[in-house]
Amino acid sequence: MDMANINNYLLEVDDLKTYFPIKKGLLRRTTGYVKAVDGISFGIKKEQTLGLVGESGCGKTTAARSIVRLVPATKGRVIFDQEDILTADKVKLRRLRRQISLIFQDPFGSLNPRMTVGNTIGEPLQVQRRVSGSELTDRVTVLLSKVGLSPDHINRYPHEFSGGQRQRIGVARALASGPKLVICDEPVSALDVSIQSQILNLLKDLQEEFGLTFLFIAHDLAVVEFFCDIVAVMYMGRIVERAASQDLYQNPLHPYTRALISAIPRGEPSLRGPKTTVSGEVPSASNPPAGCAFGPRCPWRRDDCLKQAPALKQRSDNKGHFVACWKY
Amino acid sequence: MNVRSIPKQNNGTLLSVENVSTYFFTGEDVVKAVQDVGFSIKKGKTFALVGESGCGKSVTALSIMRLVPAPQGKIVGGEIIFNRQNLLALREKDMRHVRGNEISMIFQEPMTSLNPVFTVGNQIVEAIKLHQKKTKSQAWADAVELLGKVGISDPAQRVRQYPHQMSGGMRQRIMIAMAVSCEPSLLIADEPTTALDVTIQAQILDLLDNLQEQNRMSILLITHDLSVVAERADDVAVMYASRIVEVADSQSLFAEPLHPYTQGLLKSLPRLGFSGKRLPTISGAVPDPLRFPSGCKFHPRCPIGCSDRRCQTVEPILREVEAGRYVACWYAEDRKQSSERE
Repeated sequence: MDMANINNYLLEVDDLKTYFPIKKGLLRRTTGYVKAVDGISFGIKKEQTLGLVGESGCGKTTAARSIVRLVPATKGRVIFDQEDILTADKVKLRRLRRQISLIFQDPFGSLNPRMTVGNTIGEPLQVQRRVSGSELTDRVTVLLSKVGLSPDHINRYPHEFSGGQRQRIGVARALASGPKLVICDEPVSALDVSIQSQILNLLKDLQEEFGLTFLFIAHDLAVVEFFCDIVAVMYMGRIVERAASQDLYQNPLHPYTRALISAIPRGEPSLRGPKTTVSGEVPSASNPPAGCAFGPRCPWRRDDCLKQAPALKQRSDNKGHFVACWKY
Repeated sequence: MNVRSIPKQNNGTLLSVENVSTYFFTGEDVVKAVQDVGFSIKKGKTFALVGESGCGKSVTALSIMRLVPAPQGKIVGGEIIFNRQNLLALREKDMRHVRGNEISMIFQEPMTSLNPVFTVGNQIVEAIKLHQKKTKSQAWADAVELLGKVGISDPAQRVRQYPHQMSGGMRQRIMIAMAVSCEPSLLIADEPTTALDVTIQAQILDLLDNLQEQNRMSILLITHDLSVVAERADDVAVMYASRIVEVADSQSLFAEPLHPYTQGLLKSLPRLGFSGKRLPTISGAVPDPLRFPSGCKFHPRCPIGCSDRRCQTVEPILREVEAGRYVACWYAEDRKQSSERE
């Protein structure tokens, strides 16, 4: 990463690794590691959106959780607003976390069914900002209207709401503490099409209004193209390609990115045609292939690929485009 | 009665659903999950039933299979004509012969639709032996062959494995193997790829295409994903709040959607290459089936209907607007004419 620009990044992740030990036998000895996140690096500038894309099990959610220390990272640095989250002590971590919030995929599982909407949204305000009484009610009411819900919803329970409305509650809760960075983990994939676009528009509006920075985790490449400035594609714990959204979609370089993009249904019967679908499935993370992890499924595989994994390299023709493939 | 001995209809239609209504009776409430639904599926073609969650598309599929959960669920009217007989009038014994043999079904969740305590081979063999006179060893040989056919490597080993030893994509392949084991003439696929990753989704849809070609079977594809429909379906019906609002061949539907709901859905689909700042949306949310709005059920969300007296009071029925195109909207003709003028 370009060190001269370091101050421009709100969040900078440097060689982050999260390994989970595999324990076997009577003595629960560690026999190996699942390398869920295996050395990823990226930076997000203020008010930008970075999309982290990949299929299930590629490590995108673990990466997000490691960034906020919900899962302990094995190695690496996570610099948020010029402070390292991974080495921060308890007091500092609390202060940093106040500025980062999360929105989750499942609007049914991520809300406490026994808490009213007002309590759910107000909790971060009480805990992190020490707001109470009528000020709390006022702030919650404002938040509700910001996300398109009515103030009379404040005393209702989650089961009284539809999926889209619940996701709005989740968004309001994430905004309550006044964060700078919002990590959205598949925020729309559990929603219906007509509701998805409502939530995406809402997130965009809020980004503009509050100057938010987003780390957007998704598997739907069409949604990511609309929503993100920069896209990083993950495969088996590593970033295989990273570029400005436009460059990535117009000129995908890595064979996995190409396969992902060509696998997206086009939404136009006239555009039906042959697809460069990849064969096979994602290998088991506890027993990854030698060399390049994509090697066994890659149409361009050569003998070298199976010997050593390629590093993420900057392109000479485009400083913002990085790819990890021996072909380049 | 042997269903196979009856000659198939000659007009190219395999299944026609006519004015089927399915209600759920829960205490004092009646949930009208499917109302007056009708469409027909051509031989060897893919017919897609599209709609958002809760619109009644899965209940329509279950009605065809006569698997609507009893006693609350009841098919209260209509006919389902398959091979010149009304499936709704069949005795349960004869229906069992149709199910899994002539019409079979695959579900969204390959994780929960397989039995975890039996090997996949066991489960495929069970399906084969139920419908065909085969010895156990013949059925096992068939199972191995089927696994190869649905693209599972090492079928001879895999057939002896349990569902938990396989990935989501492989389990869906197993479900498909089981569903096509008796070479059905109709396969109902209820959200077959929703739980799968994009690259695996493309593989499974390709597999269904290949099997369709080999076996000359028809597919009823139930999905919420319009982009999948655009890629794979020959004909499409769009459902909204328990009724079909538009039927067309997929070329015309995507080129010129006539119902405002279809138009909204197509516009709000995030597409590659979309460069606008905001996605177009349909305002509001899908109505609660216990409190459907009066008149056209889409009127509160519709740009015209929200202020039109007729839309608010009288529900439009599905009618033919031009050859092969059916729309349930009072203003479909106007829309058609104005788009022709342009």
